[in-house]
Amino acid sequence: MYVAVKGGETAIAHSLDFVADKRRGDRDVSELSLEQIDQQLGLAVDRVMTEGSCYDRSLAALAIKQARGDLIEAIFLLRAYRTTLPRFGASEPLDTTRMVAERRISATFKDVPGGQVLGPTYDYTHRLLDFSLAAAGERPEAPTAPADAAHTLPRVGDILQRDGLLEPPPSRLNGEAGDLTREPLVLPADRSLRLQNLARGDEGFLLALGYSTQRGYGNNHPFVGEIRYGHVPVSFVPEELGFAIEIGEIEVTECDMVNQFAGSHDVPPQFTRGYGLAFGHVERKAMSMALVDRALRVDELGEAVTSPAQDEEFVLAHSDNVEASGFVQHLKLPHYVDFQSELVVVRALRAEVEKRLEQAALAQAAE
Amino acid sequence: MPDTTIQNTLPQDGAYNYAYLDEQTKRMIRRAILKAVAVPGYQVPFGGREMPLPYGWGTGGIQVTAALIGRDDTLKVIDQGADDTTNAVSIRRFFARVADVATTTHTEEATIIQTRHRVPETPLKDGQILVFQVPIPEPLRMLEPRETETRTLHALSEYGVMQVSLYESIARHGRIAKTYNYPVMVNGRYIMSPSPIPKFDNPKLDHSAALQLYGAGREKRIYAVPPHTPVKSLDFDDHPFEIETWTESCALCGSTESFLDEMIVDDTGKRLFVCSDTDYCESRR
Amino acid sequence: MSTTVLAPGFTNAPHDAQRLFRGVLDAFSHPGRIVELRDAPAGPGTLSTAAIGFLLTFADRETPLWLEAGIDKQEVRDFLRFHAGAPIVQAREAATFGVIVAGGGEPFAGFAIGTDTYPDRAATLVIEVPALDGGQPAIWRGPGIDREVRVAIDGLGDGFWPAWSANHALFPCGVDLVFASGSRLIALPRSVAVEA
Repeated sequence: MYVAVKGGETAIAHSLDFVADKRRGDRDVSELSLEQIDQQLGLAVDRVMTEGSCYDRSLAALAIKQARGDLIEAIFLLRAYRTTLPRFGASEPLDTTRMVAERRISATFKDVPGGQVLGPTYDYTHRLLDFSLAAAGERPEAPTAPADAAHTLPRVGDILQRDGLLEPPPSRLNGEAGDLTREPLVLPADRSLRLQNLARGDEGFLLALGYSTQRGYGNNHPFVGEIRYGHVPVSFVPEELGFAIEIGEIEVTECDMVNQFAGSHDVPPQFTRGYGLAFGHVERKAMSMALVDRALRVDELGEAVTSPAQDEEFVLAHSDNVEASGFVQHLKLPHYVDFQSELVVVRALRAEVEKRLEQAALAQAAE
Repeated sequence: MPDTTIQNTLPQDGAYNYAYLDEQTKRMIRRAILKAVAVPGYQVPFGGREMPLPYGWGTGGIQVTAALIGRDDTLKVIDQGADDTTNAVSIRRFFARVADVATTTHTEEATIIQTRHRVPETPLKDGQILVFQVPIPEPLRMLEPRETETRTLHALSEYGVMQVSLYESIARHGRIAKTYNYPVMVNGRYIMSPSPIPKFDNPKLDHSAALQLYGAGREKRIYAVPPHTPVKSLDFDDHPFEIETWTESCALCGSTESFLDEMIVDDTGKRLFVCSDTDYCESRR
Repeated sequence: MSTTVLAPGFTNAPHDAQRLFRGVLDAFSHPGRIVELRDAPAGPGTLSTAAIGFLLTFADRETPLWLEAGIDKQEVRDFLRFHAGAPIVQAREAATFGVIVAGGGEPFAGFAIGTDTYPDRAATLVIEVPALDGGQPAIWRGPGIDREVRVAIDGLGDGFWPAWSANHALFPCGVDLVFASGSRLIALPRSVAVEA
């Protein structure tokens, strides 16, 4: 009996055993290593790091393994771990012109300084199942060009900006960027919090919202100014040193979306920006984020809110898949007390209506 | 006992601070609790953390309890009035593990009672703290989805929208058809969501001797009702607030005064009614 | 740099802080009730142990602290900076917590009272008093109080209760108070009306 069950304790213990067993699956099949997940399911690792807000490939791989490939569950696991970590401070802003890019494309110019670099992309694969992957066997290595780490890679946006054609990026914040994992979100949110929210936001949610802007729900006529993916150095200023030191490199995908000009009688037309940044190689996410970021700049750019993607409270309050998943799935918990209350009232209301109908019928018969 | 999902990704439990949360986080929550007590019924925003249990499953109540709990406490956790429902078991296990705390199913023995959807039938005493798990802390949310708007309505005590909604219910059904999460006015100032308890439990909130704390994890809000504080269920002079009643009595203890759960016991739809509060029911048998 | 030895803080932070918090919460939940903070460390000796216990329980890097001139001694600053990490500020309006000595004029003037939309953004003030009883009795009424309670805090100046009435009238805005003496304290949240 579900309702009055005794022995919830035992049932939970057995359920935990069962799910652990299911995770392992058939013992005749060799167990996945974290290295295999990191190397061969690397894009899953990238997504989990991005939405889990924690750059650690092996922890993300572990979370994916533990969650049996359920990426939202893996994001949840990684976040719940992250929240217990001590904070040493904030890094210096990333300088993506120092990126050693594996991929870099612009849709706005035929050629740009640094060139168009196609890199590892599924864009031009024909989506035919490659049955040879079903068999084991070594694959040939791709030829590589030598990387030029000394070279800086100017951003296409910066070049446009020099001519006044593109608005400058918002000025640097006063003080530290906010952190919505430490402070409750207060609306309207400042840009740092909004971008943090979008970076952590569910890829599918942002994809759908970004798509909706293209279909006319808050269109802002985007062009991909540039997408780049590669390694960038991370610097940090330790309190005791007082100057920045490089503490490592991370892989990021950056998307600078250039959008149709605003302008009026007095202000010359100018292209506007939407920005996306994600850990690893997560292009779909970075692009969606850039579309939604631009859509959310309605207030700042004096546009009217007409569509969901432009509605800050709607977007920011519903973007987080760990929150959404928890609340949707909490409907599985027992609600029989509330349901009982509803039953009592619905029965009473039905009885009243039936009585009224009966009396009406009697009155009619008497006439 | 098998490892849970948490244990697998982390160093052993000893790596955690007492009661899971770090001291900095506890201080932040404790400050929010003090302000919540100082302004009864007002929802204090707090920097809710990501807990190792899912949002919507009691993370707000768990954070409040984690900020309260100590080795001298005795904890009771109920869901739907019962100590043995799966989520209550899960939360109780969590605290037994991270806070090394005594647990009980007896309402009178508990110093902290964390609850979802019920207030115990046994009257609470001075010194007890009732911690509610809250899914949607904003009582006006279903009438006005925007936080920016509802915050202003509370600031101005502008509650006409709620009155209209209740009045519409009367116009349609001849009564206020709201049955759970029934809005209350706290200390004559703030309209508050009592969490999705049945309206049957609302009168227990009024002038209770215990402190009531409400935690909403996903929405990152904490609010409170101090002891001996007026908590009035909203109504109209010609449609006074009423609680649910049953013609049946509890099949196990015979109570005619407690909230009853209805169970379907066979294929023909035969019903059986038993107390929702398992501790109350057991103590009467 | 002071050469004196810093007084010790908590011996077991999670458990000491938890017990003190529950004491203070009991006081806030029952305005007028005298609560003994048994485990509060002594501190540098210029503040009551109740005030020290309160500050170590609630203050940290995120909560600017304002100290009245008479209390703002180097050993107090060193102690609170080291054990709580709280920045000590000169401007009352910037403070989350303030420590003041009873008897001065305009005790609450200038402290944050919150806003209509965010009344929680208000200061909590610790007032050092000579004794929590034996003073002029006053009747307190409000949330947390069963009907009414008589409280006779000693050493509050003449203008104190009128100033409190003005603060209470700001509800839901307003400051909240903690009266500290020795190892005991009484809380007075803004929701409580006082008839002096």
